[in-house]
Formats: sequence, C-alpha cells, structure tokens
Amino acid sequence: MKCLSITRQKVTAKIMIEILVEPFKYEFMTRSIITASASGVMLSLLGPFAINRNMGFMADAMAHATLPIIAVGVFLGFSISELGVPASILIAIFLGYIIKNSNIGEDTAIGIIFSSFFALGFVLISLLNVTINLEDLLFGQILAVSSFDVLIVVGMCFVVVLLITIFFKQLLFYSFDPIGAEVRGLNTNFLNYLFLVVLSVAIVASLQTVGIILVLSMLLIPAAASKQITDTFLSSIFVSIFFGVTSSVAGLYLSYFYNLPSGPTMSLVATFIFVICFIASKLRKVKI
Amino acid sequence: MDNITEDNFENTAIIVSDGCCVQLGNLQVLDDVTFSINKGKKVAVVGPNGGGKSTLFNAIAGLIPIVDGSLKIKGMSPEDARGTISYVPQKDLINKNFPLSVKQVVEMGLIDRKSLNLFSRKKINIKIKQALENVGLQDKIDENINNLSGGQFQRVLIARGLAQNADILLLDEAFSAVDVGAQEDIMNLISDINLDGKTILIATHDLNNLEEKFDEILCLNRHCCAYGDPSKVLTKEVIEEMYGSHNEMFKYHTTESHSKNND
Repeated sequence: MKCLSITRQKVTAKIMIEILVEPFKYEFMTRSIITASASGVMLSLLGPFAINRNMGFMADAMAHATLPIIAVGVFLGFSISELGVPASILIAIFLGYIIKNSNIGEDTAIGIIFSSFFALGFVLISLLNVTINLEDLLFGQILAVSSFDVLIVVGMCFVVVLLITIFFKQLLFYSFDPIGAEVRGLNTNFLNYLFLVVLSVAIVASLQTVGIILVLSMLLIPAAASKQITDTFLSSIFVSIFFGVTSSVAGLYLSYFYNLPSGPTMSLVATFIFVICFIASKLRKVKI
Repeated sequence: MDNITEDNFENTAIIVSDGCCVQLGNLQVLDDVTFSINKGKKVAVVGPNGGGKSTLFNAIAGLIPIVDGSLKIKGMSPEDARGTISYVPQKDLINKNFPLSVKQVVEMGLIDRKSLNLFSRKKINIKIKQALENVGLQDKIDENINNLSGGQFQRVLIARGLAQNADILLLDEAFSAVDVGAQEDIMNLISDINLDGKTILIATHDLNNLEEKFDEILCLNRHCCAYGDPSKVLTKEVIEEMYGSHNEMFKYHTTESHSKNND
C-alpha cells in the first residue's frame, strides 16, 4: 500500500515537471518567460515606491504618453524595445518638468499630458499610416518578442535593479521626507528625475509584455498585495518582486495551456494574489 | 549679552539675520528681519499663520533664496551650511505611507550623497542606538513609525537630528497634534539636548509659559516684531503687532499680566 502511494507521488511529480517544462520546447515561450520575469522584477521592485508616493496616475500617464513616440518610431523602422530607453527618458524628463513648473496642480498636469499624448499617438498612427496592431499595443503581445527584445528588456531590468540598489537609501529618505532630505544635503532634484526615469524605463520595457493599459496592474497590484501582508518597507519590496514574477510566469503558463491572451491573464493572476492577501490581512486583524 | 564682548558675541552667534527679505512669487513674506541667535540657545518662533515662521525656517535651511539683506549660518550661506542643520518639517509634509521602522528613520540622519549601499554597517547601528537612547526610545528601535504616538514620532525625528550630529535643530510646529503630556516630554528632552550646545528653534502657536521653556523668543509677522528674553519682549504692543484684532485672546500671555500675577 505504501509502495503504491510512493509510485503515485512519483507519477504526479513527473506530470508536474512535464507541464512546467513543456512550454520550453518552443523557443518563443522561452523568450516570453524570460521577458515576463524581467518585467515582473522591474515593475514590482518600483511598485512599493509608486504606491506609497501615490504615483499610480503618473505611471499610467507615462505608459500612455509613449504612444506618439512608438508611432513615429515604428514609422521610421524601429521596434518598441529599441525605442524604449530614449522614449522613457524623454517622457520622464518632460513629465517631471511640467509637473514641477506648472501651477495647475500635479493631477491636472498629468491628466492633460496623459490624454493629449494618447490622442496624438492615435492621430499620428492614422496620419503616418503606421502598421501597428493596436490590440497588441494596448494589452501586450509577449509571444512575439524577438531574441533582441529579450536582451534589451533583461538589460533594462539589470540597470533598474542596479540603480535602485545603489540609491535605495537616498530614494527612501527623499520619498519619506523630501524637505528633510534636501536640508541634509541630498541632491533631491537628481533623485526625483532618477526615479521618474527608472520608472519610465520599466514601464516602456514592459509594454510588449502587458501593453499600455495593463502595465499599471503589474506595477501596482503586486506591491499593493505585498503591503497587505508585510510590516516593513524592505520586506514589502522582496514580497512584491516574488508576487510580480509569480503573476507574470503563472499568467504566461495559463495563457499557454488555456489559449488565453497573455497580458490580461498575468494581470488577473496578480489580482487573484491581491484578493488572497487582502483577505489574509483582514483575517489577521480579526484574530489580533 | 551682559558680559560678552563684541568679539565673543561674533564667535558664538550661530544664526545671524541682517535685514533678511524673502519673497514668494509677488508676496513679500519676510521683510527686513534682523536678529542674532547665539550657539546653544533654545528659541521659540511665534507669530500668526502666514506670519513667516515656516518661511524663515526654509530660508535658514537654504530651501528658498534671500532677495535682500543677509542670512549667515555659522558664518556661511544657508546653502553651504546644509548638513549642519536638521529640519523637522510640519507633519503633513512627511509621507507616513511608508511602513518604516524607527531605526530606518533615525538612520536617515546619517545618509548623505555618498550613501550608496543597501544595508547598514555596524558603526551606523551603534550611532542609531545612541541617538535613540538620548531620546528614550531605545526599546522602540524596530517599531513601525505608524504605531507611535505623535510625541514619540517627534522624538524619533529629533533622534534623527542627533544621529546627524547637527548643530542646529529646526522644529516646525513641533507641538501641533500632540497632547500636553507629550509637549512636556519634548520640552524636557530639548532641555537636555541643549546641554550639548545645540541650538534649537521651534515654531509654535503655544504662548503658554514661554519664559519657562525658552531662552529667547522671536516674534514674527512678516517682519521681526521683537526678539529677546521672553519675560521682557512679549508685551501687549508686540502681541497686538503680531495678532492685530485678535490680540485680546492673548492678553494673559503678556509680560504685564505675568508681572501682575507674580505681585
């Protein structure tokens, strides 16, 4: 009887491994999983900073503001990944400058840029007769990534992680108490633009994974889920990264086996994790 | 300044404002403000809302430019003196969304442009513990700041300034949203810190017993209405100059009323 149970366990383990390995038979799936993981790491690393600084709307505007740059870039023969770095730096600096130097309020300034750039993108696509699959752009098409795209996204992920690690303490000080940080002698202007550029890089690099509309979900949901069940900021970052990568990879597997759109599936897995964490947090409070 | 010669005075003056003017947009917020604060003094900065208390702190901290006159901190311009000042801004300017520990906040006093690492070194941990011992919060080192009372949080921010070894502590509205007991705690703490020669400026709306709590008082209403010993400068005229038609509310805080009570 015991022997039969062990055999059953072995068979189950073998089936599980086969399921996990099966997508790797296809090169495009290997490329997709690497890209999804890199996006998951980047976005969910920055997520805890973004949610605690209430920068969700700003991040959404960054994603939407890429449309005109993508339209012109594709018209000139570049891919979205190739445009990533210059586009993200331009958007971050432009948004940062407008917000700082306009007297109409941060939300209003972001709202104007958000809608006008998105509208300009659609007009340019029509005017320049650019061949872009809008659905892919809005909701992501990770299965179409090339080896070169993978290299760029992984490279950007490396740069984002490195910069956040190096400037972590300064960024945290600036985010918590900007005036205190400036008086202490930190270069707060540099830190402000550094975070905007890094956030923009992560968003633009993830457009092919989850698209313009859903990139926000991968930035905010893993971070919000992790905040429900962690007590310190550093632990919330590590848990957020774990949730981000899990949502990306699990979403990709589900989309592969059930023939679902990859971006929205990743987003829904992240939401599912958030709901579990939210309930767990409420139950913990009730127990206390 | 009783027995201090002019030279000695110059040596001990840590903040010197000479006709300092600050403009925000088209509004002249500080006009011809002159005072000189000696090292180690505890100074209350009082005045109505919009009277320029926070603006003066921002100018001392080098956050906004002086349009006329001069302001020297330890003989330097405010921009050059950054790092010698620890600024505790008004509560609503601090983002408490971040689930930080007491230790992380105190450690910020030790962060500068060269702080390019993720983890704390042992030497830093010792300084954090010492700063927390000074404010009596050593047992709260790992506590989340959101679990602290208003008074305890102020003490954590003061500990941040101590860890930084700042010469000047600026506390903007330190007593807002804290109860009387917590105010007393903070004042006792500040008295102890003063022994180390630190200069402390506190912007406050509370005019109660200022002469017991502070060495000097700076009365501001866009210009310097008075500066000096609290038991001498807080006259009816000065209060009227600061608060205008609302001066009746403060009639029991004047030096005259204190003298009558003492008689």
